[in-house]
Amino acid sequence: MNGRAIQIVYGKELRDSLRDRRTILSMIVIPVVVMPLLLFGVGALMVKTVTQARQETPHVMILGGENSPKVLAALRASKSLQLVPATGDYTNQIVEKRVRAVVKLPSDFDAALARGDQAEVDIYEYQGEMKSGFAAENLNNFFRNLSDATVQERLAGRGVPVAVLKPFAIRRQNVAPPSKVTGNVLGGILPYIIIMMCLTGAMYPALDVTAGEKERGTMETILCCPVARTDLVLGKFLMVLTASLGTVLLSLLSLGATLHFAKRALANSLPPSAPHTFAAVDVGGVAGMFLMLLPVAVLFSALLLMVGLFSKSFREAQSYCGPLIMVAVVPALVGMLPGVELNASFAVVPLLNVSLVCKEMIAGSWHWLYILLIFGSTCLYAGAALAATVWLFHREEVLFRS
Amino acid sequence: MFRDRKRGQVRAVDGINFRCEPAQIYGLLGANGAGKTTTLRLLATLLKPSSGTVCIAGCDAVREPQKVRARIGFLSTGTALYGRLTAREMVEYFGRLHGVGEDLLQARIGEMFAALGMGEFAGRRCDKLSSGMKQKVSIARTLVHDPPVMIFDEPTVGLDVMTARTIVQFIRDCRQRGKTVIVSTHVMSEAEKLCDRIGIIDRGRLLVDGTLAELRAQFGLTDLEDIFVRVVEGQP
Repeated sequence: MNGRAIQIVYGKELRDSLRDRRTILSMIVIPVVVMPLLLFGVGALMVKTVTQARQETPHVMILGGENSPKVLAALRASKSLQLVPATGDYTNQIVEKRVRAVVKLPSDFDAALARGDQAEVDIYEYQGEMKSGFAAENLNNFFRNLSDATVQERLAGRGVPVAVLKPFAIRRQNVAPPSKVTGNVLGGILPYIIIMMCLTGAMYPALDVTAGEKERGTMETILCCPVARTDLVLGKFLMVLTASLGTVLLSLLSLGATLHFAKRALANSLPPSAPHTFAAVDVGGVAGMFLMLLPVAVLFSALLLMVGLFSKSFREAQSYCGPLIMVAVVPALVGMLPGVELNASFAVVPLLNVSLVCKEMIAGSWHWLYILLIFGSTCLYAGAALAATVWLFHREEVLFRS
Repeated sequence: MFRDRKRGQVRAVDGINFRCEPAQIYGLLGANGAGKTTTLRLLATLLKPSSGTVCIAGCDAVREPQKVRARIGFLSTGTALYGRLTAREMVEYFGRLHGVGEDLLQARIGEMFAALGMGEFAGRRCDKLSSGMKQKVSIARTLVHDPPVMIFDEPTVGLDVMTARTIVQFIRDCRQRGKTVIVSTHVMSEAEKLCDRIGIIDRGRLLVDGTLAELRAQFGLTDLEDIFVRVVEGQP
């Protein structure tokens, strides 16, 4: 290996790549501009939509209850419901979103309550539709309060204290520090985003220095230089790795800045429980994640170089990248799912292991044995992929595939 | 020799044997797919022969490929430039890869750029250059390490008349400076004007080899195109 030759190739490839609009787009513009705008924009829009829907008084329809003026009056008086006249096609009204929810009461509802019987109330909603869900929730809360008040009234009439039905009170309290709460919330999504950025950051440079060179005819001229093929491919590989890690670093910085600004901008519109989500992120966890991603970046860079070397043209290489992205997305996505925990079997599954351990590290849990096992196994996969890339760069039938 | 999924074991070139001396231009003449590019790639150490030897400027291409690469300048079809590098950066890159010292490299670039009239576009990106300018950059890139052997693979394909003339003149200059020159082409007039020796290749085999005068005498024909057709059609 000749360090000077590797340095010359690396320097040229880096300069060349930084002048390529596609590399700039994937390495700088997407993590620094597009990703924060998307995350912040979508997040802000979601908060705004949900808040508005919550504040809206939903249109609800009452069916039946003809002989129950008491409950009807209470429903009319409720500030969280806006009653509309009853019609026969209430199902269509809900589906067409003209009415958000419908409540069906027995005609003798008041009398049943007075007799001490159990009355039945049906609430109709559009399942999965947010505003209908809120309307049904409001109706549910109304009847739960009415139910509690009726129970209290009946117990008081019989001289039985309320504590008979509620022998103890339950309180849930968070003991985790805000950074761990944040880590737990972000730990699910952050590794997935960063693994994807690690892959996309390497993609264009890797294809450009392999399939792109073949297409332009420069591969032949570069191979005529008195430089070992191993040195040539290592110079190219180091540039792709730089692009991948640069994208990861910029993504982390931009995500940090986005969270910081989002915390300020959305402070007033968020529900009281939410600010924990935007508490300080554990910097150690993020640094740990970056270190765990080093061999992943090597793995992606080597795999993408192999794809590019094997392809005859840039377009062919791009078509192979689709399945590769899918292969990378699935384990990273599984790691994001709630309930999927790190264990010995998952610790050797490429990408899933990194996704899971990053989730733990961001949440402030450092399982050193798993960390070593995962880092070691990922280094092994990355080393094997790099060795395969170097081997492929020596194959005439691959370099001059036609 | 290589293995193809449909054709099985394929001999891309077989029994090719020729010699080219310094200050001589050897023309490898053949139709498309005859094996010209494969032969030149074997000479340039891009491909390894499954058997046989290739000796360039006293170095064995199989055993000492890097020494051979240091002694050749390879100009392939098309300009093959890095579009986002400037003309100067392009030539500097290849000079450094060939191990030319920085002072010598800058001196050579100065000389070549002046001789080829490249001064005004030395700082412009290669993808912004005209085809004539690109060809000049390609020539400078090939010559930057002053190789004793030059290999040209169909150097005038797709070029306009003026650019093609520049290339032909450049090949003649190489001979003038005592370099060993090997050119592949399927343009008969070009071979007739340029080459000191001609080899006709078809289906991977070198069928005849000699000076133009020797070939004319051997086949009793004056026109190279007629000689080429006779040789190729005489094949079973």
